[in-house]
Amino acid sequence: MQYYAPKSFSEAIEISMEAKGITRFLAGGTDVLVQLRADILTPEVLIDIKKIPEVGDILQNSDGSWRIGAAVPGAQLNEHKDLKAQWPGVVEAMDLIGSTQVQGRATLVGNLCNGSPAADSVPALIAAGASVTIISPNGSRDVSVEDIPHSPGKTTLEKGELISAVNLPKRNTNGGDAYLRLIPRTEMDIAVVGCGINLSVKEGLVSDARVSLGAVTAKVILVKEAADAIIGTSLDDKALTALSLAASAACKPINDKRGTIEYRTHVAGVLAKRAAQIAYKRARS
Amino acid sequence: MSNIHVNTTVNGDEIGFLCDPRETLLDCLRDKLSLTGAKEGCGTGDCGACSVKLSGRLVCSCLVLGAEAEGQEIETIEGMSRDENLHPLQEKFIEYAALQCGICTPGILVATKALLEKNPDPTETEVRYWLAGNLCRCTGYDKIIRAILDTAADMREAS
Amino acid sequence: MALDDQSKPYFKFVGTRPKRPDGIDKVTGRAKFGADSYAAGMLHGAIVRSPHAHARIKSIDTSEAEALKGVKAVVTRADFSKDIKFTSGKDSEHWNVLENVMADEKVLYDGHALAAIAATSALIARDAVKLVKVEYEILSHVTDVDEAMAIGAPVIRKGASDKSVPSGLHENVVSYYESGHGDVETGFTEADLIIEESFKTEATHQGYIEPHACLASLGSDGKGELWCTTQGHFSFQKVCAALLGLETSQLRVTASEIGGGFGGKTTVFIEPVALALSRKTNRPVKIVMSRSEVFRATGPTASTSMDIKIGMKKDGTITAGQGTFRLQGGAFPGAPGGMTAMCAFAPYALKNVHQIGYSVMSNRPKQAAYRAPGSPMAAFAVESVIDALCKKLDLDPIEVRLKNASRKGTKASYGPTFEEIGLVECLETAKSHSHYKAPLKKGQGRGISCGFWFNFGGETAVSLALSEDGTVQISVGTPDIGGSRASIALMAAEELGIPYDHIRCTVADTATLGYNEISHGSRVTYATGLATIKAARDAINKLCKRAAEKWGIPEEAVKWEDGHAVPSGPNAGDFEPLSLKNISEKMGKTGGPIVGHFEANPEGAGVSFATHIVDAEVDPETGKTQILRYTVIQDAGKAIHPSYVEGQFQGGAAQGIGWALNEEYIYGSDGRLQNAGFLDYRIPLASDLPMIDTVIVEVPNPGHPYGVRGVGETSICPPLAAIANAVSQAAGVRLTELPMSPPSILAALKAE
Repeated sequence: MQYYAPKSFSEAIEISMEAKGITRFLAGGTDVLVQLRADILTPEVLIDIKKIPEVGDILQNSDGSWRIGAAVPGAQLNEHKDLKAQWPGVVEAMDLIGSTQVQGRATLVGNLCNGSPAADSVPALIAAGASVTIISPNGSRDVSVEDIPHSPGKTTLEKGELISAVNLPKRNTNGGDAYLRLIPRTEMDIAVVGCGINLSVKEGLVSDARVSLGAVTAKVILVKEAADAIIGTSLDDKALTALSLAASAACKPINDKRGTIEYRTHVAGVLAKRAAQIAYKRARS
Repeated sequence: MSNIHVNTTVNGDEIGFLCDPRETLLDCLRDKLSLTGAKEGCGTGDCGACSVKLSGRLVCSCLVLGAEAEGQEIETIEGMSRDENLHPLQEKFIEYAALQCGICTPGILVATKALLEKNPDPTETEVRYWLAGNLCRCTGYDKIIRAILDTAADMREAS
Repeated sequence: MALDDQSKPYFKFVGTRPKRPDGIDKVTGRAKFGADSYAAGMLHGAIVRSPHAHARIKSIDTSEAEALKGVKAVVTRADFSKDIKFTSGKDSEHWNVLENVMADEKVLYDGHALAAIAATSALIARDAVKLVKVEYEILSHVTDVDEAMAIGAPVIRKGASDKSVPSGLHENVVSYYESGHGDVETGFTEADLIIEESFKTEATHQGYIEPHACLASLGSDGKGELWCTTQGHFSFQKVCAALLGLETSQLRVTASEIGGGFGGKTTVFIEPVALALSRKTNRPVKIVMSRSEVFRATGPTASTSMDIKIGMKKDGTITAGQGTFRLQGGAFPGAPGGMTAMCAFAPYALKNVHQIGYSVMSNRPKQAAYRAPGSPMAAFAVESVIDALCKKLDLDPIEVRLKNASRKGTKASYGPTFEEIGLVECLETAKSHSHYKAPLKKGQGRGISCGFWFNFGGETAVSLALSEDGTVQISVGTPDIGGSRASIALMAAEELGIPYDHIRCTVADTATLGYNEISHGSRVTYATGLATIKAARDAINKLCKRAAEKWGIPEEAVKWEDGHAVPSGPNAGDFEPLSLKNISEKMGKTGGPIVGHFEANPEGAGVSFATHIVDAEVDPETGKTQILRYTVIQDAGKAIHPSYVEGQFQGGAAQGIGWALNEEYIYGSDGRLQNAGFLDYRIPLASDLPMIDTVIVEVPNPGHPYGVRGVGETSICPPLAAIANAVSQAAGVRLTELPMSPPSILAALKAE
């Protein structure tokens, strides 16, 4: 394995374009190093992006939107009071990943690029309407987060493409988000089901909403039907039941060591209901 | 196979070592620097026995490459007490019998010191969640949590 | 040996909570565990393991691995003793261990070792492992205990059964146990209510945080050194010597600090392999297991399938109890079918009781002891049924247990008659505990359970040497797995009458002491403690003799009092008392070194009982359980160092909570272990648990000078049932299979 620590994105892309064999970018390393140690995957070329300026910065743009560098660890997000106040669902989702120690390293971009359908931060980012900035030999472009996951362990990124930052939209004053997951313990587990919801409330009624589910299909999904079930409602019992049913209906899970099809399908509905209530409360406060 | 030359600071001392790019910081601390206080319980970031501070952040040293230590500052359990006196947490862990086998103890002490630096007055729940990634199989955590809460109270009083 | 000592009426040091002698080493990171030893010129070993559950090894091609730069040697089964032959039953124990350490013709489980490599670095050794080409003929496999006993199941090994197995059973049943008294059929006819239920528990791993690790050095002259993490280095010495064809005394084994064992470090895995690699390379070889290797190839406890039938009268009297216990032991004999059956009804004085235990082989790793092997599972089944009977008959679960509790003089379900035991005291304490009376909210439930373990004595040797400055060094041969050096020093302080701080207790290597049985069976504080007291008394006799000689009076006229030799009475004469230091500082000139000894098999371990109370809350929408409050009440006989007794209580409870709720071995249909890591093998976290309250009950064990009973194992016996009973009350469903994971609880709720 060759290890590189380039000082710029262009250098990083150059190395990756010239690399032969499996190439991985290293930010927090909490997935890459696990795979390395467990002999699941040993890259031929490993490109550490942490020496590139600005990858460790959280910036609020003048329009109120946010730019989170690709190497910002979860702990840093969690310490950012303004970001946390505006996007608590996103920050909490990231914070749920692994231990305090893992939070010292793990990043939003890494969580996304690992391609796991159970990635905790991804449903929250998709619900929030986040995008990522992709740098490639041809320049840079912004792509919606939901367009990045492809299938378990795979993303839509091409060779030579690298995500430099996550972009979160400006938080509207009447909006709120939340992310909940079900795990058997209180911490340290991979989500059996995850649900991120972002919504806005006008005069007590949900005016718009985005609902995203994790670990219930081959990739994290945006569930329009679930959002439709609550838009225009005051999140009354009827709306919550409809949300719950729509969330469960969107599930095409598998039976595996972490959960059954029946369980995941049922719990997706439960979490959607609970997350919606939290987001609704946040939107109104 | 080409080794990488890494210059870094460990517990305040400037140190250099050569490592294979695949070797973790934990491998380097233990096998190259003879700092065996950090333990490998899992190698996958699930147990916390290898906890160290890397430029101010608590991390699992098994999830950091040795090469990444270049230019960083590392604090390990070996740097927790730098004179004949133990750190108050170390004292209290002995007094409270907050360890049985002791394999998780270095990691828990490093993690807890980081917590108290950040939050000198944590609740029981905050301590428990902060340490969720530090597995202890012997104690059921009870005496560990009590020792930490009591140390925090002592340290607040002393400051 | 019988013990004629009376328990001491009061204690000066015993029962206090001094700092442990290894405290500073453990909090500064300087304590040396298994993987913390390095030797000049050392090589690193790595092991080639089977990815298949059951296969014949057609060929092993190591040529590519050997060609890799830095690789120094490869070993296979051919590099171990040829004198160890397979025979049937228990006689084959060395063969079984060798076969597990290094497969011969067949691999028997996912993770079974079949070759090993020594190289100049751990990375090269691991790379070389991947270059070993093994050709397998895949055989059909079985990983479930009931399926392994069924007609048509693949036979793991022909001829492995011992003589106890009745004819007609599947060859995978390798041992059979049956016992009881009275007539259960008559008993059931006397019952007002009978409940019959089947239970299953999955295998769990001891989950020690320190992986197995060793550093071995062995020459062609058969002289060797082994450093390793172990619960019993004397046993490792004996077994390694046999497996390598060495003379036992030529191999010196030193126990490192041990990072948890719980029964799982009572047997060798990598140690003989490191020795073989060292012999072949003439260099020291270190092997450290990865976590995944630990899960795949070491330790788990047996999984079980159990049937229980209990009859009860309306007043709570149990009229009969019957149990069948099928224990899956992996690809080797040794599953604790008999012990499970013996423990099942031990807490109760039953007129009619009958139990059967089966030990069954399957394509899983060789089961290893895990804290009270078999007893937690048996308690889960029996105590769940008792709880269900109490609910149906509207009886208080503690009152019912008190009514039926075993006491002094009870003929135990497994045969012997109990001496002084503390079960009634535990139950009475539970009944009056504030926890038992505290109110519960909706969705919460409270469960209780009793638990039992035999405890054990075993071969023990201790040496206690005086220094000229009046301090004392104790050499013990039982690795310290939970603070025992502190307890041992306390007992010596008590006996000698010198301060705790003047005593240093060391775990000596195999060249220093006579044979010591493994640190298991909750035996260390009991047996090594007893041995230390006896060794101290031996030293005291010698001290008194020196005083007698100095004073010119008969030896019998000197007694030891509060750290001093004093004349035994007015007739003995009037002499100034001589302290231990007064005598020891002159010992070089008064007859030479003074050393106390004990070498024997203490045989009065004294059984132990516990009662646990637990409150749990179940989320009815997700099936997730939270443990809200936990209280452990257990008889310790006499708590030497109460902090470490509490620690054993709390640790056992925590492990039981994990076992009850989340821990399990998950095998795929391909026979491969799917959760060989701490991510998906979910042991309890700090954030999962409440404080664990403890009450130490002290009903002295007549078999120990101070009344000590072992405490390490009984604490894991009640939690499984106590939590099942709490969940049953909280959620309104009774789970009969472990773990009670969120999906299984929700499925049970939906089935209601």
